[in-house]
Amino acid sequence: MLPAEFAELEKFGAWVLETEPERYAKRLASSMEEMQAFYDAAFPHLEPAAAHLDGFPVDDLPEAERNLLLLMFSLVMVSFPIEVWKQARVPDSGAAYLDLVLEPRV
Amino acid sequence: MAFFPKPAAGSWTEQYPELGTAPVNYEDSIDPAYYEAEREAVFRRTWLNIGRIEQVPRVGNYFTKELAVVDTSLVVVRGKDKQIRAFHNICRHRGNKLVWNDYPGEEVKGTCRQFTCKYHAWRYNLEGELTFVQQEGEFFDLDKADFGLKAVRCEIWEGFIFVNLDPDARPLAEYLGEMGKGVEGYPFHEMTEVFGYKAEVGSNWKLFIDAFAEFYHAPVLHQKQATKEEAEKLLGFGFEALHYEVTTPHGMVSAWGGMSPPKDPSMVKPIERVLRSGLFGPWDRPDIEGLEPLPPGVNPARHRAWGVDSFHFFPNFMLLVWAPGWYLTYHYWPTAVDRHIFEAKLYFVPAKTGRQRLAQELAAVTFKEYALQDANTLEATQTMLKSRAVTDFPLNDQEILLRHLHKVVGDHVKEHANAAG
Ligand code: FES
Ligand SMILES: [Fe+2]
Repeated sequence: MLPAEFAELEKFGAWVLETEPERYAKRLASSMEEMQAFYDAAFPHLEPAAAHLDGFPVDDLPEAERNLLLLMFSLVMVSFPIEVWKQARVPDSGAAYLDLVLEPRV
Repeated sequence: MAFFPKPAAGSWTEQYPELGTAPVNYEDSIDPAYYEAEREAVFRRTWLNIGRIEQVPRVGNYFTKELAVVDTSLVVVRGKDKQIRAFHNICRHRGNKLVWNDYPGEEVKGTCRQFTCKYHAWRYNLEGELTFVQQEGEFFDLDKADFGLKAVRCEIWEGFIFVNLDPDARPLAEYLGEMGKGVEGYPFHEMTEVFGYKAEVGSNWKLFIDAFAEFYHAPVLHQKQATKEEAEKLLGFGFEALHYEVTTPHGMVSAWGGMSPPKDPSMVKPIERVLRSGLFGPWDRPDIEGLEPLPPGVNPARHRAWGVDSFHFFPNFMLLVWAPGWYLTYHYWPTAVDRHIFEAKLYFVPAKTGRQRLAQELAAVTFKEYALQDANTLEATQTMLKSRAVTDFPLNDQEILLRHLHKVVGDHVKEHANAAG
């Protein structure tokens, strides 16, 4: 489902998700170990992925490239728990929520 | 210690003597009677921003806006003559809500040639005229010309659609005054890629404006967002604005923005270094006209370290213009004295590449992490204010816009009560 150079990320296919609400829900439903494993595998591919995607217009991505972009959106989503919070939820956010209701689709 | 100069009056607040420097009473955020007065005195007679023209680009495009604070729902539509109009969302026959899908309380948008009432099929054209009455002959001397949709004042400023329920209100441009004028010409129309967020918050609407109208809290409440070393440095510095401006009823704060891009990449998180983006947005400016030079009201101090301007257009619209070339809006729609609906929208120049889109994604995700921290203090504050254990609170010079907001609301309420005798 991904471009050939990114084949080793195929096993994280469950993180290829269409919308922010789905990515946010998966973040909250994942353990830190799961997110750490995904982050450790995907982070070194972030710059190469951005470089690879530079070769295509973002509003007309081939299927594999589109999946790669969605996968990298999920990397962005887990970067906060991994790099900052050490937990899935935003600390001190209690019962507060903020639903994304509109996002640019790719 | 002061890093940025203050005005000759000695402080930002004392520059506006009418604001005073005394502690501020927060009864205005907990008293149900005061809330009722606000609805009349503020929300029924000021210009309210309810959207952007990009939401209705073509003839027949429409959206509805629920305004519980003034007990109505509006429908905004672009007519055949390309004009954008706003109407009360009520059928002239027997009062059914005209435009809605499955759930009458939910906002909707779409495209149509005309509006047809679900109840008895009266039809209205895009300009609000009644064009068809089912079994018209059964009515008594009914002249369709007398039963068009009830219009609401609707004016556009820089692509922002405003409405005013007061037919005698002064024109929008005059209402926005100098503060609005100073922003005119900013390339809002280029920034059409939107991330939108919504939440219902258990606090008075003014408390969330308070939270976003000062950055005094930022180094404290958000300290875990920065690297540890950077957080300690920021906490040591505290927050000082570059500039404040109050042109009643509106106000603005101009703030420093050293993170876009940072002087030293090690100050920011790994993902920010790779994607060149963060809280202040993508570091690389979009390739559009209009960012250089900026309109005179944006970065009014013309400071080199400028990062963001936050404009508060009274009563409930905030507009944040960020140095790297994007903007953010906040709206606070009261639903009760201790509840409101919060809306935030981030507007970017459309990404051309996946790399640009990833940078925007990081900015949007970062925004949400911060806003969740901001939102969570509010319910806690509301419940404790309600205890009335303490009623008056000392506001510092960096909280001048809060002082101003509460005073302006109070002035409106007083003035309206006096006028009513
Ligand atoms: S209420 Fe709309 S047609 Fe009767
Ligand atoms: Fe904040």
